[in-house]
Amino acid sequence: MELSTIVFAVIALITVGSGVVVVFANKLIHAVFALLFTFFGTAGLYIFLGADFVAGAQVMVYVGGILVLMVFGVMLTNRIYDSRILADRVNFKRSVVVVGVGFALLAGVMLKTPWNAAPSEELASSTAEIGSLLMTTYLLPFEVAAMLLLAALIGASMLASGGEDDTESEA
Amino acid sequence: MIGLEHYLIISAMLFSLGILAVSTRRNAISVLMGVELILNAGNINLVAFSKFSDIGLNGQVFALFVIILAAAEAAVALAIVLNIYRNHQTVTVDRMDSLSG
Repeated sequence: MELSTIVFAVIALITVGSGVVVVFANKLIHAVFALLFTFFGTAGLYIFLGADFVAGAQVMVYVGGILVLMVFGVMLTNRIYDSRILADRVNFKRSVVVVGVGFALLAGVMLKTPWNAAPSEELASSTAEIGSLLMTTYLLPFEVAAMLLLAALIGASMLASGGEDDTESEA
Repeated sequence: MIGLEHYLIISAMLFSLGILAVSTRRNAISVLMGVELILNAGNINLVAFSKFSDIGLNGQVFALFVIILAAAEAAVALAIVLNIYRNHQTVTVDRMDSLSG
């Protein structure tokens, strides 16, 4: 067995295992920290696929941004030591059955399909290529994404600041 | 040798776990975490096909756009959750039923 196979197995185990913890943990804060390892594992998978820039973006955006937001959300909306926070679930057994059948279907299709998968061999850094793609082929989506982020920034700060403007306009 | 199917199976597992989180959790932030798992599963597929087929780097660029959308979605959704908590003192999605008649 090659070393890369072992490393891949470890990364896959970390990713899926902490994903299981995210779903089944009884405390919200545990789920959030398990999500951290899922994001890191996903970044590792990207590196395995030769996508170094996407892996960097994954670590910076997900771990540095979204996860911190989640932690803030958990801390601001829950009493941390309240163990009841996550314990109540709805439709658990039925959902497990449905999701299990769905996963079996997905896996069956994925394994049965002849993918003609031929890995492209170049392992050069993809950052420069992605940069020129973003500035040529994907220029319009790039600008639209910039506008979307600006709108999300303004909208999120307006929503989270308590809507003082609303009360003024109503009064 | 690690093939395309390995990545697809990992992605399917993450997707199923995300669906499970969305459908069984009652806390709004847990539901958001499930959504993030689903987005990550889709991203793994995009990057995997970017390597194992002839679409080249286009798959990676799509994955980048998905990451951007996930960031915007998480920011707005958490702002909404904070606002709901301020107004209703709960983040349980079952109890947010003011609009149901």
